[in-house]
Amino acid sequence: MTTRIGVVTFPGSLDDSDARRAVRLAGGEPVALWHRDRDLHQVDAVVLPGGFSYGDYLRCGAIARFSPVMETVIEQARGGMPVLGICNGFQVLCESHLLPGALTRNDHLHFVCRDQRLKVENADTAWTADYTAGQEITVPLKNGEGGYVADERTLDELEAEGRVVFRYLGGNPNGSRRDIAGITNAAGNVVGLMPHPEHAVEPLTGPTTDGLGFFTSVLKKLVQA
Amino acid sequence: MARVVVDVMLKPEILDPQGQAVQRALPRLGFEGIADVRQGKRFELEVEGPVDDAALARIRELAESFLANTVIEDFTVRVEESAAGATAPTGAAR
Repeated sequence: MTTRIGVVTFPGSLDDSDARRAVRLAGGEPVALWHRDRDLHQVDAVVLPGGFSYGDYLRCGAIARFSPVMETVIEQARGGMPVLGICNGFQVLCESHLLPGALTRNDHLHFVCRDQRLKVENADTAWTADYTAGQEITVPLKNGEGGYVADERTLDELEAEGRVVFRYLGGNPNGSRRDIAGITNAAGNVVGLMPHPEHAVEPLTGPTTDGLGFFTSVLKKLVQA
Repeated sequence: MARVVVDVMLKPEILDPQGQAVQRALPRLGFEGIADVRQGKRFELEVEGPVDDAALARIRELAESFLANTVIEDFTVRVEESAAGATAPTGAAR
């Protein structure tokens, strides 16, 4: 039986079809989930994709957080279901308080779109087990509000508990505190990051295939479970 | 109808690049002597019924859970006394 990975589409989501494609290329069965539908249709994991949900009105991810589908996603994530938030999805996870901190406007005010080198700091999460700690990967980055902020105590906690999953290499692209590109919750099942692994899953369209590991990691984890 | 105003501002320790961009533009426009600019959001809520303590408590809850992200923002809630509104004579021309 193939593993079912749900990808939520909010009004304004852009990267939902790339995320579904990444799931398929990794060997999973992508399942399209709709923001107004509370039912997760028996998926084993969920990806919140990039884009501009609800037009980024109020704050990025602030309105998506209250959508019907998120009620179930939040509940299941607290119960241990793997959830990956990419870019806008990361913002939704922070607004939902599944992850600490917040994403703010890039310190230089420019929208950034480039291939970004990252260091994998934590290879024990549900979404990073196919990497090794310290590994360098390159995936696209594209955001206007990607500056990760949290108070010093939260940042110290994240560092001490090994919950910084990715750090920017070769220059901080958006003013993120301590070069943080992605983090995880204490249980390691919820991961959020600003860069886009789903755009780096095959040589024809991506700068690398470094992003595929996210999706193979979670598939392996779910088969073992 | 009473109006309740919710002002939301980034916390002082959070960098406000938008405010900085506005501030940097001021000298070019001939405005001198503005040392700092912070940009925020203002919400005007038209409330049906009386704005009593219970209504204000609900609005504070709304501000805290939705209008502001208290990880990075502070907010204030205040009732705006309407100057015209209820006392304006009916049928008055504009």
